[in-house]
Amino acid sequence: MTGDRRKAVIEVDGAKVSFGAVKALDGVTLAIMPGECVGLVGHNGAGKSTIVSVINGGLTPHQGTVSGDGEVVASYGINAARTRGVRCVFQELSLCPNLTIVENTRVMHRTLGGFGWRRRARQVIEKSLDTVFPGHGIASDRTVGELSIAERQMVEIAMAFSDAGIAPRLVILDEPTSSLDASLAEQMLDHVRRFVAGGGAVVFISHILHEVLTTASRIVVMKDGRIVAERPAAAFSEVSLVEAMGSVVKGDAHRRRARDLTGAPIALEQVGRGLPFRAARGEIVGLAGLAGHGQTKMLMALHAANSGDWLPRRDPLVTFVAGDRRLNGVFELWSILKNLSIASLDGVARRGVLDTGAEAGRGAEWKRRIEIRTQDMENRILSLSGGNQQKVLFARALSTRAPVVLMDDPMRGVDVGTKQEVYEIVRQEAEAGRTFVWYSTEMEEVRLCDRVYVFREGAIVAELTGEAITEDNILAASFAGAAA
Amino acid sequence: MTAIARLSQKPWIWSWFAAFVVWFATIVVTGGASTFGLSQAALTFAAFSIIVGIGQMFVITLGPGNIDLSVPATMTLAGTVALKLMDVDNAMIVPGLLVAVGIGIAVGIGNYALIKALRIPPIIATLSMSFIIQSTAIWTNRGLRIKPPSVLAEFTTSATLGIPNVAIVALLISLFAWFLLEKTIYGRWISAIGQSMPAARMAGIPVDGTRFATYVFCAVLASLAGYLLACFSGGAALNMGSEYLLMSIAVVVIGGTAVAGGDSNVPGIWGASLFMFLVVSMLNTYGLGAGIRLVMTGLIIISVILLAGGRQPGTR
Repeated sequence: MTGDRRKAVIEVDGAKVSFGAVKALDGVTLAIMPGECVGLVGHNGAGKSTIVSVINGGLTPHQGTVSGDGEVVASYGINAARTRGVRCVFQELSLCPNLTIVENTRVMHRTLGGFGWRRRARQVIEKSLDTVFPGHGIASDRTVGELSIAERQMVEIAMAFSDAGIAPRLVILDEPTSSLDASLAEQMLDHVRRFVAGGGAVVFISHILHEVLTTASRIVVMKDGRIVAERPAAAFSEVSLVEAMGSVVKGDAHRRRARDLTGAPIALEQVGRGLPFRAARGEIVGLAGLAGHGQTKMLMALHAANSGDWLPRRDPLVTFVAGDRRLNGVFELWSILKNLSIASLDGVARRGVLDTGAEAGRGAEWKRRIEIRTQDMENRILSLSGGNQQKVLFARALSTRAPVVLMDDPMRGVDVGTKQEVYEIVRQEAEAGRTFVWYSTEMEEVRLCDRVYVFREGAIVAELTGEAITEDNILAASFAGAAA
Repeated sequence: MTAIARLSQKPWIWSWFAAFVVWFATIVVTGGASTFGLSQAALTFAAFSIIVGIGQMFVITLGPGNIDLSVPATMTLAGTVALKLMDVDNAMIVPGLLVAVGIGIAVGIGNYALIKALRIPPIIATLSMSFIIQSTAIWTNRGLRIKPPSVLAEFTTSATLGIPNVAIVALLISLFAWFLLEKTIYGRWISAIGQSMPAARMAGIPVDGTRFATYVFCAVLASLAGYLLACFSGGAALNMGSEYLLMSIAVVVIGGTAVAGGDSNVPGIWGASLFMFLVVSMLNTYGLGAGIRLVMTGLIIISVILLAGGRQPGTR
């Protein structure tokens, strides 16, 4: 970046951060210029979230400096970052769930204080929502807790781009599209391009590589706390990007062969509004459609109908893999092992009394099988990166005896390598006769399914099988209504 | 050194440390003369707080908002009814015990029925339940003070090998509770529910059944404590449970159990119960007036909680 007349909005020079023995950042130098979108890619645990924390002031590097507009900032912190117009959209959503959208806006922008702040905050957030997501349909006096996860993410993104006195100059988007469906993601990416064209800077983190390739002007690849490649986006292709990240490219070959399951017995069935839902033994059934159109509700209903609230089921029919890890996934106080074994304790206990040896043995087996990256299964679950936490939740579900696995968009924010590993496990388990009901917002995953139900406004409106499972068909069904 | 460092990470160590300091401070003043007597009295009186404290701990482990305020009334009713039924007859000891346990089960069912069926928050549900229980106790008691059967009175007030019998009962109950928490599926379940109820539900845990069993368990322990206390003090009194409302909650908190739920420990209950008794006797030994004594008790409890809480950064 030398020779550039303009000064970087934020420049991190030689940042080193370590957590105990783990080097999260090992000498990272990164300058973000106005008017550019820097795509940041890498595996889970590569150090992306850490460099983001350094840029937004949440974390002071143990070595190295942070400069703003060409000058080294001595005590760089969250407030210093905010006054420089640095904004951040977090992977773990950060709005207060008990407050309304307007009140959250006030919390985020301290300049909105004084009489009439509600009116001003409403103007600020509504203007931003209308710009980023035209036709969003979110009333700004709703409580954040009652929004769907997609709507929450929309609000959070709009919040980052909103202007209340201090204009945003650098917006960090950490997995912003992970809960959004294709059309909302496209709206957001369009806004990012407009924002960058207008002289703003963006750091864009995503595991969805084509988004990064089409949006970013420059792509930085991180691995093990270091920058391993840095080129203009045009110089990368999807394949070369995955190679740079260090995982094996398998291409689109993992597309499933169509299997004939018409004779297979029905494992799960539910009749509601719209088409009836049916899943056969050994089938992978996808739930698609726009985000928040009843897919998660359907999974919850299937789970509730098949599990006991008062007495444990001897042989439970269903098990659940959470997508919203914080809300209904991990038990934060517990070790990795306890988090893994909680759903299948009956397998390692006799008359209700646990056999901790058997439990540890089973933990070790799953650690090896799905490669949970930790030294010790007794470490706390929160010591794992997000993707590895998700693997633990997967192992929790797969280690039960339940013949049906319900999955609520579980691959949110999981890196490419991990995804491939999990897809492989899902395929094997399905071959062995397990049924998967899989809600996903990612087309790649939907295409792995044998059969797909498309949801619209809380009901199943279409059923697609085999070759008919294409992005076009799903989009057509989710917008037009009964297409099949 | 590492052993000490590891020990200082344990949430229960602070209550034990505090109990020991207070015990020592009292002994020093009396010149060591009362060492045995003080220790025995502390074990005896702490035993009752331990039994009710363990029940309360299980309920608090269920997560934010879970608490059983009907403990004192349950103690009173169980003590009153059991003594009236036994009527100084040694042959009726076992039926009396069974009736006390039965009362505990009934109270637990009532509590959870209010919480679940009427969707009343536990704090209100158990408090209103306690009015019903207390009124029942008044109605059955009618101001009579019936003595306990002689064998029971003897048992609760004497010691085996220098250890008070009630403390031995408390120890057995504690071992059972520890076993439940650490070694059984049920223990995992209540810890899971306390950390996140939605996550527990999605992990296939029977949430309602587990919570119900826990409220019943707490009420049964309260009625057991009432049964023992009534025999120990030579008859049931209508106000005999009242000090155990605060006590049952205080020993849980001082003992290092997470108030936000999901994390509990049995040893802490012991340290905290001994501490609570020893603080009062220490201040008595120093000959302070009643007002100062209460203020001091409050201040000491607050400082122990601050000390124990400040030692665990990063946990709730």
